[in-house]
Amino acid sequence: MKRIEHTLARLRTAGRSGLVTYFTAGDPDFDTSLTLLRGLAAAGADLIELGLPFSDPVADGPVIQAAHIRARAAGQTVALTLDLVHALRNTDAITPVVLMGYLNPVLQYGIERFMQDAAHSGVDGLILVDLPIEHIAPYDAAARAAGLHLIRMSAPTSDDARLAQILVGAGGFVYHVSVNGTTGAGAATPEDVAQAVERVHRHTVLPVAAGFGIREAAQVKALAGRCELIVVGSALVARLADQGVAAALAQVRELAEACAT
Amino acid sequence: MTAARTYQGEGPDPAGMFGPYGGAYMPETLMPALHELTRVFEEASADAAFWAEYHAILADYVGRPSPLTLAAKLTRELGGARIWLKREDLNHTGAHKINNCTGQVLLARRMGKHRVIAETGAGQHGVATATVCALFGLECAIYMGAEDMARQAPNVARMRLLGAEVMPVHSGTATLKDAMNEALRDWITHVDSTYYLLGTGAGPHPYPRLVRDFQRIIGIETREQILAKTGRLPDAMVACVGGGSNAIGFFHPFLAEPEVRFYGVEAGGLGISSGQHAACLGAGRPGVLHGNLTYLLQDADGQIENVYSVSAGLDYPGVGPEHALLHDTGRVRYESATDAEALAAFHWLARSEGILPALESAHALAFARKLAPTMTPQQHLVVCLSGRGDKDVDTVLHHLEESR
Repeated sequence: MKRIEHTLARLRTAGRSGLVTYFTAGDPDFDTSLTLLRGLAAAGADLIELGLPFSDPVADGPVIQAAHIRARAAGQTVALTLDLVHALRNTDAITPVVLMGYLNPVLQYGIERFMQDAAHSGVDGLILVDLPIEHIAPYDAAARAAGLHLIRMSAPTSDDARLAQILVGAGGFVYHVSVNGTTGAGAATPEDVAQAVERVHRHTVLPVAAGFGIREAAQVKALAGRCELIVVGSALVARLADQGVAAALAQVRELAEACAT
Repeated sequence: MTAARTYQGEGPDPAGMFGPYGGAYMPETLMPALHELTRVFEEASADAAFWAEYHAILADYVGRPSPLTLAAKLTRELGGARIWLKREDLNHTGAHKINNCTGQVLLARRMGKHRVIAETGAGQHGVATATVCALFGLECAIYMGAEDMARQAPNVARMRLLGAEVMPVHSGTATLKDAMNEALRDWITHVDSTYYLLGTGAGPHPYPRLVRDFQRIIGIETREQILAKTGRLPDAMVACVGGGSNAIGFFHPFLAEPEVRFYGVEAGGLGISSGQHAACLGAGRPGVLHGNLTYLLQDADGQIENVYSVSAGLDYPGVGPEHALLHDTGRVRYESATDAEALAAFHWLARSEGILPALESAHALAFARKLAPTMTPQQHLVVCLSGRGDKDVDTVLHHLEESR
């Protein structure tokens, strides 16, 4: 968990936004996924977001749906995803890893057991897309007990009153969904994202990550310095699927440069 | 637990929970819309004019009340309980689905939405949604699995003729679950302009409650009709259960009556032991899918399993949360009927009573066929005939040829 705080402090000192890269765990298979993850820090990723494959990813667009299907076809499970992070920690003890997924696989694994095992594997935080604040309490307690951040999500549809509720007890950072839509859909204009992030900032001192609808270096560049973390997912997942690990890492480098300027 | 054991349909609580089941497990983008829908529904529920309009449409457009028919030949043949059929097949559009659509389209209008989306399995909910959208002049898009579009081609044509756009879904098994995923993705993207007209008893709060309340008309009429015809309440009530909307509406007005026994019939497919079925309560365990915590067919890793039934309307890996609670408390017994039993019941009703039942409803009939002989001729058994079988004629003929 301290890895998230250390990274955010380092970014604050450097006075720049951090790049968050999303890939789905085990896409296209465990070994390739591990090779990719091991190259991310050197390519410039400041925080690794790692998708937990699920059969019914309702908040994901076609690109990430396909990644979930590939990973599951290659045999990826919740336990193997924790193994993957554990293996990454042999070579990268610094870069924070935040798992992003859907509730049911975590629920079936066992809430307390999942949080404990994830923490032991070197996971720092968790984003559960279909766990709204109405149902978050037992999960939050289990995450805290294990020393993990259960990252809160906000959306364009969350009004100020709801934002305030979302942010009670939030830790690590806040994940702001930039556009109404699934992952990889549409494009967020930097102006809209920056305004939305400002609104979240009025409710919290926590750093804000902006995700959904951000795919190109030009968008990242326009947002750099206006929110603490910038998330790119579908564009990277598509590059990995089409051109492989080296090309995906090359794109991470390009995005990291855009983020640093 | 005492409260759960004596559950008589009082739920859900303000958080949308039926005991440990239900809730609203949805992405944040949709949560404000679900709260808004809850608020508008509560307001409408307390408004006599809202219900007056709902009942007027049901009477003058849908053709309610639907009859309660004594199945004299079935009764004579089985020699047990008197068998009654609640004729939802005679509703406009041919199934119980229009009851819910009538209520929800009034909510959509009240909320000022100009676009309606829905998921459909057998196509009955899609047709009913397309129908009320035509009636109210709303734009309509229906998500339907490509596999189901092939199985239920006549309903696809009907939806298009009614002016709806039918969106084929190819992901997963290309059936109801996948159609619901795509409808939710559409809603996440167009939540400001769009009303999601969910058709089943499952889904995030407040849907299980409002679908039940709009389907309760089935049970309310049944109660009046059986009392008028026999002077007493039924001894047993049988309905098919996929998501469970016809069953919950049929059972709910009777749940507080200790003498009435309830049977929900899930799709047994090729048999529970084959693994090719859709019996969530019979063979699943609790988990979260499509916004509610309920019994699901899933593997050890929490991945939702592919389910199977000859009936496209029962081909769903989850079940409404109120059914999950009624299962745990034992108030309703959940059984299953196989494809073969449902197909046999289809022919049986067609030849005996001159009624083609929907394959979904044929599952309820198949179980009633076993239950009635265990009862006495003084007892009454009511089957919810949730829809008509015109849409299934091709499927039934195909199975006839295969069995030759």
